[in-house]
Amino acid sequence: MTAPPLIEVEDLHKNYGLRRALRGVTMRVAQGEWVTLFGPNGAGKTTLIHIIATLVRPSRGTVRLQGHPLTGDWTEARRHIGLVSHRSFLYPDLTAAENLRLYAHLYDVPDAEARIRALAERVGLVKRLHDPVRTFSRGMVQRLTIARALLHSPLILLLDEPYTGLDAGATAWLTRLLGQMAREGHTILMATHNLEQGLALCDRAVILHRGRLVFDSPRQALSTEEWQAVYRTYVEEPS
Amino acid sequence: MRAYLRKAWLIAWKDLVSEWRSREIFSIMAVFALLTILIFNFALELSSVNRVEVAPGLLWVTFIFAGLLGVNRSFAREQDQGNLAGLMMAPVDRSAIYLGKLIGNLAFIASVEAVTLPLFAALFNVAVPVWPLAVPLFLGTLGFAIIGTVFAAMSVNTRLRDVLLPVLVLPIFVPVVIAAVKASSTAFARRSLLEEARHWLGLLVTFDVLFFTLAMLLFDVILEE
Repeated sequence: MTAPPLIEVEDLHKNYGLRRALRGVTMRVAQGEWVTLFGPNGAGKTTLIHIIATLVRPSRGTVRLQGHPLTGDWTEARRHIGLVSHRSFLYPDLTAAENLRLYAHLYDVPDAEARIRALAERVGLVKRLHDPVRTFSRGMVQRLTIARALLHSPLILLLDEPYTGLDAGATAWLTRLLGQMAREGHTILMATHNLEQGLALCDRAVILHRGRLVFDSPRQALSTEEWQAVYRTYVEEPS
Repeated sequence: MRAYLRKAWLIAWKDLVSEWRSREIFSIMAVFALLTILIFNFALELSSVNRVEVAPGLLWVTFIFAGLLGVNRSFAREQDQGNLAGLMMAPVDRSAIYLGKLIGNLAFIASVEAVTLPLFAALFNVAVPVWPLAVPLFLGTLGFAIIGTVFAAMSVNTRLRDVLLPVLVLPIFVPVVIAAVKASSTAFARRSLLEEARHWLGLLVTFDVLFFTLAMLLFDVILEE
């Protein structure tokens, strides 16, 4: 018997009033797989990420985590999901260590101090652990955001436009870190509209357009140029 | 239960520490409260007789509007870096988030009241009956924080949150204002609260218990909607 996909999304719909953000999205993310979610602004990428992150309830359809539907009380499922977006979820007047400690305790992370130290080393912030986050550059905030998202060792890491606002150095650093994580077998679902960054590390890429999943293919099936051509047919299609 | 309370306290703790370092909410509330008291002092020419009768109303108007600024800012701060989503994603009962925010807001409002009362006493030449006044002050402030925290969470994602909060809070808060002012008047007049303001205190307790229970039960839905 094969293991169920880590994340399984089936016929997912989300309406915000009259606006239909998602219109019947079905997709799967296997354990250890990196899937990139492409689409122009307003395609429904963030809505899909937020539904999987348990921040928003779908209007219709189901999300399964390791085969278990996310219905009713999502509290336990939240222990297995990490989210990095262009917003940090960090408190600027607390130090980096205080922010990580806060989230570690909220997630009941065992041996929190050792975990904080290990992650701070991983993201290169050990020397700044006791500085307030408001003194950090955007790149440092994003490093700390990743440490925050990994604190509870989530089964899946959701990345929603994680490169937003980063300079070239910080972008290269983030790509290196995410590459390491992919090699270590982390399961990652990343939403981006940047084709180059999105294709760099993924195993599979899908395109969302106006709330529908319109293209789904393994990364290696198409060359970068072919991907660009496919993407352009959707993104540059006159509305 | 201990884990639940610990998480609620953590949420309150990060608010209190952030505020201690930034003084952002306290300073806005305190300056507003002090200016309001000053304006009332210059605008109203009160005799020694009606001073005691008017004092509770003036105090509560000041506390309510200063409090509105505080609870609004407390949630706006959660929204600045998307932190509310961070709290919502944590495996924490949503009512613990509410309880934590409530404790923080209560502390902010109480600290402003503590600063405002002595100035009020000095400017209006009124002796503040500290202990008798503490009872209606606590119950009224708690009621305000309970309602304010709920509606600040509801309005934080709206474009008009600064304007919307008073419009949502004040109509519901009217019974508490009336009861708090009446009970405070009894305290200022140095009459027995238990004998003359028992029903007003009862109304305050009922309001606090009822709305606290509703808020704890419904905060999950409020946050998601």
